Amino acid sequence: MNDCSGSGTRLSCIEEILLRLRTSKPSRQNAKQTMNETTKNSGSAQNVHLLYGEGTKRRLLLIGILVFLLITASIISAGIGTVSISPADTLLAIGEGTRNAAIVVVPSLNNVITITLPAPENPQAGIIVNNFRLPRILLAILTGMSLAVAGTVMQGLLRNPLVSPFTLGMSSAAAFGAAMAIVIGPGIAATLFFLSYESWIVLFAFVSGWLSMLLIYGIARSRGTNQATLILAGVVIGYLFQAGVLALKYLSNNDKLRELTTWLMGGMWGASWDAVILLIPCCIVCFIILESMSWDMNTLAAGDDVAKSMGINVERTRLFGLMVATFVASCCLAFTGIIGFVGLMSPHICRMLIGNDHRYLIPASALLGALILLVSDTVARTILSPVEIPVGIVMYIIGGLFFLYLILRGRGRGLY
Amino acid sequence: MEVIVSQLTKRYGDIPAIAGVSFEVHPQEIVALVGPNGSGKSTLIKTMATIYNPTSGSITFDGEDIFTADPVDLATRVGYVPQHFTYTLYSSVFETILLGRRRHIKWSVSAEELTRVQEALDTLGISHLAGKNMDQLSGGERQKVFIARALAQDPALYLFDEPTSALDIRHQIDVMEIMREVTQSHNAAMIIAVHDLNLAYRYADVVVMLDHGIRVGYGKPDNVLTPSGIERVYGVTACMVENEYGRFLLPVRRDPRKPADTGR
Repeated sequence: MNDCSGSGTRLSCIEEILLRLRTSKPSRQNAKQTMNETTKNSGSAQNVHLLYGEGTKRRLLLIGILVFLLITASIISAGIGTVSISPADTLLAIGEGTRNAAIVVVPSLNNVITITLPAPENPQAGIIVNNFRLPRILLAILTGMSLAVAGTVMQGLLRNPLVSPFTLGMSSAAAFGAAMAIVIGPGIAATLFFLSYESWIVLFAFVSGWLSMLLIYGIARSRGTNQATLILAGVVIGYLFQAGVLALKYLSNNDKLRELTTWLMGGMWGASWDAVILLIPCCIVCFIILESMSWDMNTLAAGDDVAKSMGINVERTRLFGLMVATFVASCCLAFTGIIGFVGLMSPHICRMLIGNDHRYLIPASALLGALILLVSDTVARTILSPVEIPVGIVMYIIGGLFFLYLILRGRGRGLY
Repeated sequence: MEVIVSQLTKRYGDIPAIAGVSFEVHPQEIVALVGPNGSGKSTLIKTMATIYNPTSGSITFDGEDIFTADPVDLATRVGYVPQHFTYTLYSSVFETILLGRRRHIKWSVSAEELTRVQEALDTLGISHLAGKNMDQLSGGERQKVFIARALAQDPALYLFDEPTSALDIRHQIDVMEIMREVTQSHNAAMIIAVHDLNLAYRYADVVVMLDHGIRVGYGKPDNVLTPSGIERVYGVTACMVENEYGRFLLPVRRDPRKPADTGR
C-alpha cells in the first residue's frame, strides 16, 4: 500500500479492508448458509456478550484502519504534485511547520523545544508543503469529515437512508447563500461586526442552508409525508436555490462572475491557513456535540413514538441535531463550493460495514469521508498535472464505482 | 403501582378519538382494550405512553400526573410496544433490544445491560436470532423482538398496541402466557389493545370496551365480552361455546339489521 492515489490501487485498498472486516461477520451473501445453520441448531443460544464484544472489536478495527489510511494518504498527498517531495522531506517539513506554529501560539515554547531538525534535501520542501499543500489537505479532510458527519446525522435523525446535505437541497441552499455573500460583498455590515470575508461567506451559507433545513423539517413534520416525499421535496428545494444561484450569476459583473463560477464548481482551490484555522474549532465543537447525541439517534431508529415513550424529546433532538449538522456542513461548503456524494456514500458504506451504532458510525463515517475527499482531491490535482480537474469528477467516478461494486456484491441488497 | 385514568378525552381537531374514558390498573393485572377499528384503542395507549397529550382528563401513575412527570424517569417505568414497527437497516436483533435499556446507559454498555438483553431474548425464546439483522427476520420474529425490547426495559407498566397481530396462534398464546408470567413475577401490569376477543377473554383480568371513543363496557371479561355486548358494539352475532377446555366466544355472522359501519 505504497500509493493510495491511483484509482486502481484505491479499490484494492478498500477490498482489503472489506476482506478483513468480513472475516468476523457473515456477509449477506452467506445469509442462506447462516440461516441453515441457525435452523440446524435453533436451540443453541447466541451469547449477547460475545456478539457485542465482537461487534465492538470490528468497529474499532475499521476506525483504526481508516485512521492509518488517512495519515498515510495525507503524507503521500503532501509529497506529490508539480514538485515531488520525498516522504522523509515531507515529514521534516511538517515537523518544522508544526514547531513554528507552536512557537507562534506559545512563544515561550521556543526555549523548551531545542531539537533542531535536519534540513530537508529539497530546500523548498518547507514552503511547498506548509504553505500550499498542507492547508489544502486539511481543508479536504475537514470538508470530507463535515459532509460525512452531516450526512450520517441527517440520515439518523430523519430515518431516511437517502438523505444527505446534497439530496436535501442543503448544498444548493448553502451555495446560494455563499453566492449572495460574494455578489453583495462584505460591505458595511461585515465591517460593523468585524467579520472577515471568509466568515461573511460562512454566515450567509449557514443562514441559507439552515433555511432550507427548516423547510425540509416542516415538510417532514406535516402529516401524511412519507420518505419519498421528503426526498422529492429536497430535490425541489435544491432546484429553487439553484435558480437563485443562476439568477445571481446572470446579474453579477465580470469579476464576481469569475469568482462565483470557480466557487460553484466545487474544489479545494480556496484552501488557506485562514480557512483551516476558522474551520478546525467549528468542526471539533460540532463533532463533539453530534457524537454526544449518539444514543438519542440510535433510539430514534426505533421510531418517533417509541423514542418519545423512552423519554426523548424527539422534536428538540431532531431540530438541534439538524441545525448543528447544517452548520458544520455549510461552514465547509462555504470554502469549497458544492460537493456532493461524500455525505451520502460515506455513511452508507460505514453502515454496511459496522451497523447503526452512531457512537462508532459517526467517527468511522467522518474518517471515510475525509479519506474519500482527500484521495479524490489529490488525484484531481495530480492526474493531469500541472492542470487541475474538478474534484467532483474524480470522486464521483471512484466513489460511484465502489458503491456499485458494493451493491453488486450483495452487501447492499434490499438497501431501500 | 397503580394507574388511574380519569375522564380522558383526546380530540384531533374537532374529531374526538376518545371521550371521557376512565379506568384503573393495579399490579399484576392484564387490562384488555377491545373495540372495533377506529374506536380509540391506539389513541388511548399512545396517550398513556405520553406520546400524545390529552385534550382533557388525567392519568396518574402512583398518584403522579404522567404529563408533568419527568419523561426520563417515567420512561424507566413504562414500556411501550407500538402497532407499527420501525427499524433501520443494518440493525441487529440484540442492538434493537438493547435500546430498551436506553435509560440505563450513559455512554458505554455495561455487562449488566447485556445480561438484561440476554434474559429478554431467553424469555421469548429467540436467543438464536440475537446476531441476525432485523431485515432477515419474518414478521412474527420481528414482533417478538419488539416485545423483547419492552421486556428488557423491565417497566412496571407494559403498554402493548396489538403486539400479537403478526404472530400465528401458537406464538400468540406463547406471548400471552409469557406476559402473564412476567406481570406476576415482576409485580407489573399490562394494558393491551387487542382485536382477538378470545385472547382478551382468556388472558385479561379487566376488559375495557370502547366504541367511537366512549367506554361502553368495563369489568371482568365474563361481564363485558357477552354476546349481547359484542352484537351492540361490533354488529356481529356471537355466541358462547362451552366445552371441556372452557368457555369461548364464537363470532358467527354480521348482524344483518345493523348498517355497515366503516369506522373512522
